[in-house]
Amino acid sequence: MFRPIDTPLARASVTLHVQGRPITARVGDTLAMALLNAGVVPFRQTPVSGQARAPLCLMGVCFDCLVEVDGQQNVQSCMVEVCEGMQVRLPTGARRAEDAA
Amino acid sequence: MKQHAELDTLVVGGGVVGMAVAYGLARAGERVRLLDEGDDAFRAARGNFGLVWVQGKGLDRPAYARWTLEAARQWPAFAQELAQHSGVDVELSQIGGLIMCMDEAELAQRAAGLAAVRQQLAQPYPFDVLDLKQLRALSPLVGPEVAGAVFCPLDGHVSPLRLLRALFQSFQNLGGELCAGVAVDAIAQRNGAFYVRTGGTEHVAAKVVLAAGLGNRALAPLVGLEAPVKPVRGQILVTERVQPFLRHPSLHVRQTGEGVVQIGDSKEDVGLDDGTTLAQLARISERAMRCFPLLKTVNIVRTWGALRVMSPDGFPIYQASTACPGAFVVTCHSGITLASQHAGPLADWIRGGQQPADISGFNAERFHV
Repeated sequence: MFRPIDTPLARASVTLHVQGRPITARVGDTLAMALLNAGVVPFRQTPVSGQARAPLCLMGVCFDCLVEVDGQQNVQSCMVEVCEGMQVRLPTGARRAEDAA
Repeated sequence: MKQHAELDTLVVGGGVVGMAVAYGLARAGERVRLLDEGDDAFRAARGNFGLVWVQGKGLDRPAYARWTLEAARQWPAFAQELAQHSGVDVELSQIGGLIMCMDEAELAQRAAGLAAVRQQLAQPYPFDVLDLKQLRALSPLVGPEVAGAVFCPLDGHVSPLRLLRALFQSFQNLGGELCAGVAVDAIAQRNGAFYVRTGGTEHVAAKVVLAAGLGNRALAPLVGLEAPVKPVRGQILVTERVQPFLRHPSLHVRQTGEGVVQIGDSKEDVGLDDGTTLAQLARISERAMRCFPLLKTVNIVRTWGALRVMSPDGFPIYQASTACPGAFVVTCHSGITLASQHAGPLADWIRGGQQPADISGFNAERFHV
């Protein structure tokens, strides 16, 4: 569905894990971009109706691209950069009530 | 709209106070028209916290403590009745509420206050003082900095917006007329009827009830009454939805039926400014995080300010006009808690019944000392 635009500058790749599954992304990609490139759609199910959601705005406004990043829940994936070893989980419903680490 | 002479009562103000009275009157068979301003009005009913609260109310004022107690006792039946009339579940949960204290001295002071109220009342006034361990048995995610809490089994909470919706829907289903987006310009009494003008329209009824919140200050003198109320701002934050973790509401933190954590509160004298300030929001958040450390990572999605309607002593003003018989002023700060009483005994009094004994002292003359 999504394809990176070819760029002349080759970028190094990193590996991250989505629900335990490894995916490859390019350094400098946002997490949302990396997930879209890897075909991870939808990103989550909403707490209100359980409907599927994926990024809409990709610029930090719509809050539809929320995922769990390294244990931190409801992170806007379009606002964080990928990094090596990142652990991503896809949320289902409302966030869990957990004591802060 | 109905012809003039067909109206029994005009209620001015479509907040939770005016709506409760209007609903109570319509339920009793009165023909009622409700006059409400637009969304540019200051609307405490759309910005409040939603507590049905007993503990701490009426310190040094047993009549108010009794009035509040009875309101809380009537709430379950009231919520059920609203659901029947409107189909709206107001999300009442009344399994008890907590006032959390950050040190022993505060806890002791709270407990002493409630013990004093208990002594003044000739009826049961249940509360328990909990240390941190006992508190955590009720509310396991309370943080280690909390010293303890006072628990009152009569306390609870509702969704204030659902309550308002339920009142509007019930009122209309009972034949009440809603006239929204109008402001009262003038009130006159002639030949035993009230003539209330809003823009180019004149509304006529046998009685008029002023329940316009802060607007009552200007309206009450038009019918020989007074309502020296002033705004006290409160600021509130709400979080994203969280899976249920908090069953018992407190003065500062509650989790709504939808899972949202609602966090308050502040009390500021800033006139008619219903905005928010970073300083207050930070202070409110900090206290909430001490009470519930898990909130540290939860995202805030919205904040707002709203203006409480406060009389000089904080208690309600319920008064019938002697200069203009048939005119009433009704105003209070605890519109949610007291909604059941406003729809019941207060509405019965306005219809011509006996004034409830507990509210006979809540006239504005008490401020003339």
